Amino acid sequence: MHEFGITENIMNIALAKAGEAQANKVIRINLVIGEMSGFVPDCIQFYFDSLSKDTIAQGAALHFESVPAQLRCRNCATIFSPEDTLWACPKCRGQSVEISKGRELYIESMEVE
Amino acid sequence: MKKIEVIQNILEANETIASRNQQLLDKHKVFTINIMSSPGAGKTSLILQTLARLKGRLNVAVIEGDVASTVDAEKVQSEAKAVVQINTRNMPESCSLMAAMIESALKDIPLDNIDLLLIENIGNLICPSEFTLGEHKRVVISSLPEGDDKPTKYPLIYIDADAVIINKMDLLPHVDFDIAAFRHSVEGLNPEAEVFQLSCKTSEGIERWCSWVLEQVETNATKR
Repeated sequence: MHEFGITENIMNIALAKAGEAQANKVIRINLVIGEMSGFVPDCIQFYFDSLSKDTIAQGAALHFESVPAQLRCRNCATIFSPEDTLWACPKCRGQSVEISKGRELYIESMEVE
Repeated sequence: MKKIEVIQNILEANETIASRNQQLLDKHKVFTINIMSSPGAGKTSLILQTLARLKGRLNVAVIEGDVASTVDAEKVQSEAKAVVQINTRNMPESCSLMAAMIESALKDIPLDNIDLLLIENIGNLICPSEFTLGEHKRVVISSLPEGDDKPTKYPLIYIDADAVIINKMDLLPHVDFDIAAFRHSVEGLNPEAEVFQLSCKTSEGIERWCSWVLEQVETNATKR
């Protein structure tokens, strides 16, 4: 729902890093996005194509690595993947859980030339 | 072709401005609460009740976030020390307040004369959970007509909350809302969150909420 702002941030970071590396062109941007972060890759790609026009990032491929949600039970420390919206521990049935993975949102690396 | 390691948080730009906002608020001793909920859950009503109760005890400023209109700002105008309306309709993102919007709103608030700043976020349970604004506490309001399953459907906003308010308690006889089930879900996601049951319509429970706010403001003031 707020991919435009996110994509602007991605562009700004990518152009700054490419500038530091004295690159002429950004070929690929590798992004890591947690399943729970709620960002839609297709939507980011759409805005990116438009925002990157006439910059050295135009035509760059965006690669999205999705990190599945992982929860940790506060009772018995079991690590498990949530099933749909049910966040109960498969071992002790406890519903007191914390997110251990799935909220990531970062640029991992870039390929430039 | 060359590979560059980046490892940079995409939300960092927002977080940098948010921490700058908090520094400014701390410098002027302004305790700040970010109030989030779905549309119609009672953010403005809670602010009005809070203003009425804290009148004469604290100087309160309000930032109203809405996609459009100044309806909410007009409602709180007479009770608050200062009010700034942010309309997100023409901004690149309209679904949540962001730190940069608060940074510019703070320029219109006489911070030296303010003890408490209440920020009413855009009515939405998804986007505001991703953007910190520089606030000291995050509060989520759920209201009985919305149903008791909201923490299950929108976990992130509850996970990051310091307090969760169940509003419209006066409607309990008329709706199927299982208070115990709701509280159980919130506790599962966030055992630290303070939970308040209240009604902005009848004022039931408002006293306890306002005592909590006062306590937070005082604790924060002594820490600095």
